Amino acid sequence: MNALALYGRYVVASLRAQAQYPTATLMLILGQCAATSIEILGVYALFSRFGSVGGWKFGEAALFYALVNITFSLADLLTRGFEVFGTDFVRTGAFDRVLLRPRAAALQLAGYEVRLSRLGRMMQAVAVLVIATRLAPIHWDAATVAMALWAITGGVAMFCGILVLQATMAFWTVESLEVANVLTYGGVQAAQYPLNIYATWFRRLLTFGVPLACVAYYPVLVILNRPDPLGAPDWLLPFTPLAGFAFLTLSFLAWRAGMARYASTGS
Amino acid sequence: MAPLRPYLAAFRARFQLLLEYRVAALAGFATQLWWGGIRIMVFAAFYGAHAAAAPISLADAITYVWLGQALLALQPWSADPEIGHAVRTGGVGYDSLRPLDAYGFWYARSLGWMLARALPRAVLMVLFAGFVLPLVGLGEWAWRPPSSLEAALLFIPAFVLMAALAAAVLMLANIVVAATLNERGVNSILTPVVIVFSGSMLPLNFYPKAWQSWLHLQPLAGIVDVPFRIYFADLHGGAALQGLALQAGWTLVLVAIGRLAMARMMRRLEMQGG
Repeated sequence: MNALALYGRYVVASLRAQAQYPTATLMLILGQCAATSIEILGVYALFSRFGSVGGWKFGEAALFYALVNITFSLADLLTRGFEVFGTDFVRTGAFDRVLLRPRAAALQLAGYEVRLSRLGRMMQAVAVLVIATRLAPIHWDAATVAMALWAITGGVAMFCGILVLQATMAFWTVESLEVANVLTYGGVQAAQYPLNIYATWFRRLLTFGVPLACVAYYPVLVILNRPDPLGAPDWLLPFTPLAGFAFLTLSFLAWRAGMARYASTGS
Repeated sequence: MAPLRPYLAAFRARFQLLLEYRVAALAGFATQLWWGGIRIMVFAAFYGAHAAAAPISLADAITYVWLGQALLALQPWSADPEIGHAVRTGGVGYDSLRPLDAYGFWYARSLGWMLARALPRAVLMVLFAGFVLPLVGLGEWAWRPPSSLEAALLFIPAFVLMAALAAAVLMLANIVVAATLNERGVNSILTPVVIVFSGSMLPLNFYPKAWQSWLHLQPLAGIVDVPFRIYFADLHGGAALQGLALQAGWTLVLVAIGRLAMARMMRRLEMQGG
């Protein structure tokens, strides 16, 4: 069985497990939807009070908000195994069992659990996307839809990269460090607003350190057909989501270095 | 004092236990620093666009953010995990056998749990946002001291009532957990409600004007918005006293409701575990 088919089996097994408890799964999705949708209320309140910021109105800001939340919900759906890697695999010694199987460890972790509850965030983000489309001058045609999907793909790769790095740290620390949350949840928090409103050092960090701007800011400029207020050349913008894949590749290089020095906790 | 001793002991035991988790406190501090930084940059950007539209000054808004991040663990976002555990394992049976008021006992432990997580982070946050930031030349982003002596003196009862009210809200959540055996459902409702209506996400005055009248009367306002505005004297004189009265009044009401609900729940409780 090739890797993709095996991954498909993992996903189906995980979905069937959750389908055994349909009510609980539905409640978890709705709870997640409620918990994550309050952020748009804060964005709305600030725009309704101040009017606009950095040249953006609420409808345009809502597009930034919607795309980064859709992106993150997908990444969050797929990376549970990496998120709990330190606590549930390294500390308990369960990772030894993973290594004994003749398959890539990263593939097994990716297929560990697909959490449907994370669709709650996507539900509210899609609702915000509809609102954004009504409020802002967004023309959805083949080109802009393709751009949005391309940005989401690059963004999922980037957030998965952060989760892989978080898991990699567990080779040294044994525990899962929640510090990575500042990049995942904190990244979403930051990218809910157009990034040109932030201080320069912070924007540079989110462009060249963790390429959040490349997957959640520049592509949205293309969709809105706006030039970058900070002067990035127009021809470059559609290519920026590539940075998400580059980040994921570097993360997997770090992961391999971590694997090479893994010593079982022995329990 | 003697009748209070068991409750103080329950508080102290929980408090001291949680102070041992230093790494958790450091990680929490780092996360809250980052979060506070983003919030402040967002505020600064909006103030830069149209400062006249804001209900409070930028310096006060920044202080509000740092106070909120420092005292984040004092907000009743999620039910006390030990209560859920005690109910599922049957440990709650011991609590009902103690010759103590069960509500008071849980209340003291929950208060200890919240304060012990909040205080180390608050100290670190004061050191960083109050002292380090001005020293490195970022004074405009700093956490300011209380606006006046009066504000400082009024903040003391406001802080005490803030903790008391937060624990009363948390107790309601704990009781629902004990009745339903699961904290997931309660927490998924409690967290967003508290974040929005306490003023944790935004000071309540930032929400649209039509909502203002009832936003300032509901109980959760006493957990964040009222005490923080007393701190920088946005509420002063009579308004501050009204704020304290709101906190004290809601604390009494919620404790009374909690006691009734707890008595009812304890009567119907079926022991789990074995």
